[in-house]
Parts: sequence; structure tokens; C-alpha cells
Amino acid sequence: MSKQVTLTIDGKQITAPEGALIVDAAKMAGIDIPVFCHHPKLEPVGMCRMCLVEIGRPMRDRATGQIVMENGAPKIQFMPKLETSCTNRVEEGLVVLTQSEKANAGQKSTVEFLLTSHPLDCPVCDKGGECPLQNLTMAHGSSQSRFIYDEKLHLEKQVPLSELIYLDRERCIQCARCIRFQDEVAGDSVIGFDERGRSTQIVSFSEPGFDSVFSGNTTDICPVGALTTADFRFGARPWELDAQASVCSQCPVGCNTTLNTRREAKAGGNIVIKRVMPRQNEEVNEIWLCDKGRFAYHYTESKKRLTKPLTRTGKDRKVNRVSWEAATKLAGENFLKAKKNFVVLASGRLANEDLFNLKTLADQFGGKAVLYSHIGGGELTAQVGVSAGTNLGVLGSGSTIVVVASNLYEEAPIWYLRVKQAAERGATLIVMNPRETKLDKYASFVERYDYGQEIKSVQELTKKGKLGDAFMKAQNAIIIYGSEGLGVAGSASLATACAKALNETEHVGKANNGLIGVWERANDQGAWEMGFKPEDDLAAALKGKVVYIAGADPVGDDPKLAKALESADFVVVQDILENATTEIADVVLPAQTHVEREGTFTSGERRVQRFYPAVAVVGDARADYAITAQIAKHMNFIMQSANANIVFEILAETLKPFEGLTYEKLSNVRVQLPMIGRGDMYYGGTTYENTHGLGVHLSAGATRGETVRIPRAQKEALPKVKDTDLLAVPVSKLYHRGATIESAQLLNQRIGKTTVSMNFDTAEQWGVVEGAQVKVSFDGVSGEAKVKIDETVSAGVMLVPRGMGLAIREPAVAKVKL
Amino acid sequence: MGVLEPLVELARGLGQTFRYMFERPVTVQYPEQKRTVRPRFRGRHVLKRYDNGLEKCIGCSLCAAACPSDAIFVEASENTDEKRFSPGERYASTYEINMLRCIYCGFCEDACPTEAIVMGDNYELSFTDRRQAIYPKDMLLEPVHVHTMLTPQKVDAGVFTRSVPEMKDPRD
Repeated sequence: MSKQVTLTIDGKQITAPEGALIVDAAKMAGIDIPVFCHHPKLEPVGMCRMCLVEIGRPMRDRATGQIVMENGAPKIQFMPKLETSCTNRVEEGLVVLTQSEKANAGQKSTVEFLLTSHPLDCPVCDKGGECPLQNLTMAHGSSQSRFIYDEKLHLEKQVPLSELIYLDRERCIQCARCIRFQDEVAGDSVIGFDERGRSTQIVSFSEPGFDSVFSGNTTDICPVGALTTADFRFGARPWELDAQASVCSQCPVGCNTTLNTRREAKAGGNIVIKRVMPRQNEEVNEIWLCDKGRFAYHYTESKKRLTKPLTRTGKDRKVNRVSWEAATKLAGENFLKAKKNFVVLASGRLANEDLFNLKTLADQFGGKAVLYSHIGGGELTAQVGVSAGTNLGVLGSGSTIVVVASNLYEEAPIWYLRVKQAAERGATLIVMNPRETKLDKYASFVERYDYGQEIKSVQELTKKGKLGDAFMKAQNAIIIYGSEGLGVAGSASLATACAKALNETEHVGKANNGLIGVWERANDQGAWEMGFKPEDDLAAALKGKVVYIAGADPVGDDPKLAKALESADFVVVQDILENATTEIADVVLPAQTHVEREGTFTSGERRVQRFYPAVAVVGDARADYAITAQIAKHMNFIMQSANANIVFEILAETLKPFEGLTYEKLSNVRVQLPMIGRGDMYYGGTTYENTHGLGVHLSAGATRGETVRIPRAQKEALPKVKDTDLLAVPVSKLYHRGATIESAQLLNQRIGKTTVSMNFDTAEQWGVVEGAQVKVSFDGVSGEAKVKIDETVSAGVMLVPRGMGLAIREPAVAKVKL
Repeated sequence: MGVLEPLVELARGLGQTFRYMFERPVTVQYPEQKRTVRPRFRGRHVLKRYDNGLEKCIGCSLCAAACPSDAIFVEASENTDEKRFSPGERYASTYEINMLRCIYCGFCEDACPTEAIVMGDNYELSFTDRRQAIYPKDMLLEPVHVHTMLTPQKVDAGVFTRSVPEMKDPRD
């Protein structure tokens, strides 16, 4: 713990860590100093002058340097003018007056000055009701302005900085919180100040505008209504909203969110989600949320939601609306008939409870539990993954983080942010990737390898050398691996190499050490813990089988899988949205989304977190675990399904990593610092306080003292490539054509066309140019795509984005034609 | 007590009755005849318009916030110059008052930043079921006699940019 100093604020004696800002120290002691530009997560600038206070320091004798004493106490010398408490740090013996007549007058005139050109928009402003300027004007402002009305500036009011964020120039008070957030926290310097003096205004200088996946956070920390989201524009007044805790379902980070809901006439009197706000969890997402998590909730209210069980029977495949009893009975009967031919295909979209019931069903009837994912290696994250006490937010000097084969910015934005900050705090960051990623800028070592050479690069970590030293000597080491340019088998081999490196250097089984997989979906880690595994050749595994698909759309994703399912014996699909797979299924069972029910997700950091029901169930949809239990009943097997809590209890009794966990434990909270989201929105923004649970880490095999079993690292089976061949490799994209993103109109605009990237020389070799529409074919798949020239791509390689219509599962030799 | 005493009382009472037969009646023949209400009477709400027909209501929902009986429900949407309902960026796309819940306190009037909602002088409210008691926006909006004044209107760009009328003197 750092050195503590004692100071007096408003007559109250407090202690604070050395180096803390006065305003933060006061906050900890329960004294609120009004601020606009200061934010506990940003560097101080002292721009708004709202936090003016009187500061007195112990007087020192010039000759001796001794503190001058007066009546037995140090003599305090006050500065003649007010000082900003957001730029001055605490010192021993400081005396701060925040409520003195002088300080109050200073604060009052600052508000008056900030209001000179602020419009009277509060009634129509989206921030009205949770606006720091509004609140501080009520508390510190004067009722009269001495400024002349005609001199008010009238500026542009609806400036779209991007399709997601609107700027109101008139409302802006030039505190630069948004600019500083983008520069310091997000690392995307895409907005800034233009002009000077009274003409100062925010501009975006990127193309497309405000090109950052963290842009939504600026609306949370904006102390006025200058930045608002297009999604929530005039959606409701903040005081009309209910709040329910939830967990983001978009990626493995597992950001804590709060769903703001309201009953709407537009929605036919139903309760609907109006906006998604971050919920503070300093160990997961701090107070941030990426734009995908913030705006992609619209799929829950999509018109394509499945509402009633359906069956397709007879030769003509007539669609029948049937009762739950009839649908599950038909499914159960066919599963029973299947015997060994039974396959359960589930994705990480499902909660732990659902996956547990599905796995139990598969095990009971000799079926195979298959995970629908393009990344392998989860059995290793279960053994040597990170566990209790791990917090990327505390890693700094002495720690090493290795990011291999993953573009975190696109795949798990909040991890990108956390890793970047760890590097800035002094952690050694090693980035290994075949092409440049945004994280390279912050890396101590950047290792560039050719596609297919990732294992060799990882092996460098345990050999003597720059990388080896940084890794082996590190106090803590975490490896984050992904699937850039890799299929299931390739990423599984990579995971093996990573796990081996960690295990050999004893970076396993303790806090802040271990392996993290950058999965595709929110609960892939949970699925791995249950025992689900992806198949190398999924199509072969589905052919001629009786398949129970939950939360996946293989038909829509991959023509090969569509063909395999065509020849499947019987297909039962349990999903939330209509898709290509529900079109061919024999039985379709409507499931509830995570906002309609209770459950838990396991994040990539192996943290189990609870989500809560926020809106009413759509149609007759049921929770996945309950559907499985109902099918099981028709197979004469009784499974718990009364509620998620009971299923979780059994799960915790059965599975070792979950041992001892209960819903109560998952909903425990500790004080989160800095204190954000209380009544004082001016201090930290509108992020919600966490009152519904921080979640609990699963124990890893290595923590439990089990022997770590790591299979021999297989070489990535890269297809044989000649110099003249073009190698197509899969890469992940944040905004792809997933069902959850396409339903969100705003994000849909950011998906864009299917684009394949290659460097200039390769493009020339194949006779294509930037922007050309080409026919791409590889591995029996073909489709149209636009060409993008990208010099960061290595020669002879073409990047094919996942989930953009070209079904790429692993690297393949490809052809492009104009 | 004498025998005459009740008779005297009876005559007295009848006398009073006879006297009032020739006085001006205090009752009126409602509903044929109606009384004018007092200037500060609080009757059924009316949503006012500006002279050009644009709605004064900007959908800010402050009336709903002020309402002690939660009788008002507002949903807002965005104006465009092609389809303009009210000045400024925002208008009320749904505006409902539940007249059974309303206690006619007038707080909504006080809360309104544009003087859009006004308690009118209509007190004749009757419903045959509870749903009828919910008055939607088209029943509350002030009627117009010229159809060009109806909303939404197509207006010139950049004219109606302010939701709240500019007040040079806040005491206006």
C-alpha cells in the first residue's frame, strides 16, 4: 500500500494515499466537490474551473525549511486565489475549504459562466434528469445571469458525429471529457477541438465519423447533453426508466450491464428495453461498454422472434403450430429412437444452466455434445485458465501479457482496452500476430509470424531471448489466444502450445496467471467447462444423425453444414430467432433470450455472472433449460427445470470448477472504487452502480491441484501452398452479419459489404484492384466480395472475414476472379 | 305546549316556501342551460397549438413527472422539417391522459415549459368503460378550423429550431 497522508477538508481530518487528487480524496471521505471536466478515470486537466476551493499549506521557514508553528499548530498559509482541487494533489497537513464563502462564490460564478450560451433545452434534452450541469446549477448556480441575452451563441444543434452519436454544439461546455476518453482510455484519437476561445467546438476527423467502437461511452461521461446516442434519442426521460442488472451476451468479456426498461404504447403496452448502460465492475469492464454491447440489444425485440412451437410433418413438410407438449413429445420420441446417432449441437449463446441440461441429456442417452464454435482449446482453459483473484485491471509492472493470433479490438473490445491499460501501467505486452493490430502500438514486443507459424512463435516464450526473458521472469503471465487465421484444429494446437508455455514456466494455478481464449460467444467458456467440444469436421458429425440444435444456425452459416443437415435423420432446433436452420427443422422450439429470464454466463476470464429477467417473455417462448427438461420427460428421464436457481445448484454439485457456487454468492458485491453511479452523476458519469453481483471466478484444474494434462502440440495443418497460390485465412470482425447485429438498425450500417483484404502485390498478381467486385472460391465455397487493399496483410494471403457470407472455417487455398 | 303551536310552525314554513316562489331561482336547467365557469376553473385538459397550427407540446414528459396520480403518459419522437408536429427536435408521438386517475390539480399546467397543456373549462366527462377514460392525443389537441393548420406540416428547413420559445426576460 502506498504512503498515506493526512489532510483536513472542511474541518474533517482525512487520510488519503499520497499522490491522490484532492477532489478524489474528498470524495472518499464523503465530501462532494462539484466537477465537470474531472473524471476519476481520466488525467486531470483543470479546464472547467468548477472545483475551485481554498487550499492552505503549512508555512515553512525560508531559512531553515522548518514548518512554522503557531499556538502549537502549524501555521497555515492560504493562497490569495482559489485553486482547482482536480489538479492539486494531497499533501501532508493541507487544509482545504470547499464550502467557504470565497469557494462558493467561485463555484457560483463558474456555473454562471458555463451557462452563458447553454440553451434552455432541458425539457427536450436526453440528458435532462441525469445531467450534471442541471444538478450542479440547482446546487451551486445563481438564479440570475448577468450576461446579456443577445450575446448568447446560437450554434448547430443536431450534428451527427457518426450514425451512432449526435452532437449538440450549443450544449457543449468544452470540458473535453469525450476527447480525453478517446485519447487516453480508448486510444482512438478521432475527435478533438476545433477553433479557439468562444468558438471552440468538438469535431470528428475520422472517416467514417467518430470511428471508434467505444464511442457510446462518451455519452455516459458527457456532463451535459452535448453527446447523445442516436439509439436512445428521445426514447424516454431517465426518471421513467426501470433498471435491471444484466450481462452482455455479445462476446466472451461478459461486461456487466444495466438494462433500462419502460412500458411503451408503441410496443403495444409491453415493457421494452430502451437502452443498455454499463454497470460498474472494476474487475471486468470497469465503467465502459463497447458499442456492440450497447446497441445490439434489438434482436430481443426482433419481428423474427420465434413465438410458438412448430413441427414439419409428412412428405410435403407441412408446418403445424402445435402445443409444447406435442412438440417436445415428437422430439423426445425421435431422440429415443436415435440411440447412438444422437447429437446435441449447442453454442455459447446459451446460459450455463441450459448447457448443463443439454449435456446431461446427451450423456444420459449416449449422444455426442458438440460445441458450435470455430475455436478449439477450451479443455486447456479449464485446466490452466485464469481463476480467483485475476483482474486485468491491476496488472502492471512485473506482469507479462501475451496476445497471440487475435485482434482484440475487433473480437473483445473491452479486453483490448484493459490490456492496453495494463501495458500503459508498465506490464510487458507481447503481441504475436501475422498482421498489424491496434494493440501493437502499446506492445513492448511485436512478433510477426507467417500464417501457420504461430506455434513456433509461442515456443519462443520458453526459449532464451528477448521474449523468453520477458515471459519466463515475469511475476504474472497471462496468454490470450484467438483464432486469427486458424480453424478449430489450428486454434486447439495453438492453445496447447500456449498452455505448455504457461505450465513450464509455472504461470498456472495462481491469481493473474493462465490462459484466456478469445471465444466467439458469451458463454463458450461455460460450454467447455460442461464438456462440450467443437468438431473438426462438423458436417461429417451431423450427416445422417438425429440432431438437437440449440442456439446455432449452421444452415445459414455454411452451405456444407446445410447439406449435411439435409441428410440428417431428424432435426430439432431450439432458438430465439427465425433463421435458415429453423426453416428446415422437423421441430422448432422457441427459446427465451437472456433478457427475459434468469441464468448465468461464464466469461472468457472464467467468471460466472448472473443476469436477471428485465422484460416480459415473447410469445410462448420458454427457457432453454426448461425445454430440454421437457423433452427429457418424454424420454422418461427426469431433469430439474423448476427454475434456473435449482438447475445451477445441481450444476454446482456436479461440476468441480463450479463447486460451492450459489446464486447468492454470485450476487455478492464489494465496494467498487472509484465510486461511480451514485446520486452524483457529475463525478463519474451515468454508469450504474453494481448492486446485483460481481460474479465469481471458477476454479481451474491447476488451482485445485490436479495434474495438468496437455496434449502434444500438433502442427497447424496448413494446406500445402505454392508461391503462386492464394491462401484464404479467416479473421474475425466486430460487426458481422450475425443475427444479433443485423436486427440493430444502427449497427447494421456499420457491417458493410463483404470485403476480402490482400496487399497490393498479391492483388496485382491476381489482377484485381481496390474496390473490385470479385468471385472468391475456396474449399468448395464460393461467393462475391469486394477487394480491399491492405498493406498489413502478408503476401500471398487473403483475409476473409467470418460471418460475412463466405463460410470459411480454416485456412484454405483460394481463387479470385473478376 | 299548546295545541296551536304546531300549526303556527307549519304556517311559518309554508310562508317561507311561498316567498321563494317569487324569487329568482338559483338552479339552472342543465344540460339545456349551462353556467360559465370561473376564470381559474380546472376542467378537462387541452393541448394548445401555436397560431400556425404547430403543437406547443414538445413531448418532454414533465407533466407526467409532475402528475401526482400518474395519469399522464407521454412518448416522444423526432421531428423533421418534412413532417413537423412541433417546433424543435422533439414532439409527443403518444400523449394520453387517464381522466379517471386525474385529480384535476393542475400540476401539469405548472410543469409545462411551453404552456402546451392547459386545464380547459370542459367538465362534462362521462365514460361507459375504463378504456374510454383514457384520452389520446387527438382528443386532447385543440381543434383547428383550417386544415392547413393540422399537424404534421411540411415546413421550410431551419425555421423551427427551438423547442422552448426564446424568453429574453425569464419573468415573462
